[in-house]
Amino acid sequence: MPNYRELLQQVKSEIDEVDVTQARGLLDAPGRPLVVDVRELDEWTEGRIPGAIHIPRGNLESRIEQAAPDRAQSIFLYCAAGNRSAFAAKSLEELGYENVVSLAGGYTDWKRSGLPTELPRTLDGEKRQRYSRHVLIPEVGEEGQLKLLDSRVLLLGAGGLGSPSALYLAAAGVGRLGIVDDDKVDASNLQRQVLHSTSRLGEWKAESAKRTLEELNPDVEVVPYIERLTSENVERILADGWDVIIDGADNFPTRYLINDAAVWHDIPLVHGSIYRFEGQATVFKPGDGPCYRCLFPQPPPPELAPSCAEGGVLGVLPGIVGSLQASEALKLCLGIGEPLVGRLLLFDALATEFSEVNLRRDPNCPVCGDSPTITEYVDYVEFCSGRPAHA
Amino acid sequence: MSRIRIPPMLRGDVGGAREVPAEGDTVRELLFDLMGRFPSLRPQLVEDDEIAPFVNVYLEGEDVRTLEGLETSVDDGSTVILLPAMAGGF
Repeated sequence: MPNYRELLQQVKSEIDEVDVTQARGLLDAPGRPLVVDVRELDEWTEGRIPGAIHIPRGNLESRIEQAAPDRAQSIFLYCAAGNRSAFAAKSLEELGYENVVSLAGGYTDWKRSGLPTELPRTLDGEKRQRYSRHVLIPEVGEEGQLKLLDSRVLLLGAGGLGSPSALYLAAAGVGRLGIVDDDKVDASNLQRQVLHSTSRLGEWKAESAKRTLEELNPDVEVVPYIERLTSENVERILADGWDVIIDGADNFPTRYLINDAAVWHDIPLVHGSIYRFEGQATVFKPGDGPCYRCLFPQPPPPELAPSCAEGGVLGVLPGIVGSLQASEALKLCLGIGEPLVGRLLLFDALATEFSEVNLRRDPNCPVCGDSPTITEYVDYVEFCSGRPAHA
Repeated sequence: MSRIRIPPMLRGDVGGAREVPAEGDTVRELLFDLMGRFPSLRPQLVEDDEIAPFVNVYLEGEDVRTLEGLETSVDDGSTVILLPAMAGGF
């Protein structure tokens, strides 16, 4: 049986090693390999080779396929001194990876040679614990969680759809949530608007939402806007800087207004709507699919468009559709998965059935089409009243 | 025979049905068959002999406006979804 030293020698003779000079050339050249730091977390947090990803040696076999699905992908491994990464290279070769090198001398030599390093941003102990179930998901991980903490999502409405969206986004650690709502909590809201409670009756919904969300997660800053979104205030509200907008509005003028604003500001808009037992959700991503006006060039005449206040809604329905909106918003913030762009998801709670229809960008769309005819805010109330609009 | 899915806000016009069978070889024939039996649907679906701009009609998941509109041919047994705009969020 070989001892450790003999085993290390044997492994090193079977893998490809590079020294720091060769490593520098490799990492500066086009077709840069995937740089994987296989050290432990406490070593990683003290500094790393720029652009490296972190997969501790103990998790390498289980996680590498996620990071490098293609066995032909070039992989550059390093640890502190080049021993753990040698064993790691051997394991990857056994897994079928064809282009793996290990840095002889490791990070210690790299740093001693004066080559660039960077200090990774990391979650502190408390956040690591709070978001541990996110950190465990390869598609999110620590970097993703840091991204969420840097993300800013604007919600239109702290009502049926806004309640579950805001709760889940706050729980997920989205760093800044803006809430636009000019309404007060009413008893008839509490059958579905789970942000609020009986003790909050008569309070501004945006304030009530802020209290609930900051109690759920103090990492989140909640910015309340106690006003109705209008052509006059939309630019001021958007100037506060938002990565994603969630549309949970209850009226057509607001939906057309936020659509136009989102197109002009190039902000993805996560749409949701509900009625009785049925709901719809989609993502309008400027430049990458249709907008709301491509889907519905005009609102229905008021007499044909009953609201939830008139038609009713099953209390849990906004819970489902609003949660879908939160899920889409998180994916957009993280840049993962396939968002609902160009697809309208339809949910029927009575039949417990999801279906989907395809949406296409309309090249003649007055706002996002090839030759837009609406380039500034219009009178949206008038536009939705059935009378001819200005634009 | 094809099936037309009726959205919740239009079900009052068809006696509450979630789905209504209709006959026709084109979207036009299907819709006019439907509207012939339920005349109160007409102003909610068509305007100036075209599909109203606040309604979308999907044939097997595709917006018929991106196909051949009302003249799009329909295979027997197809599913058509009528989708008017819904504002509700609260």
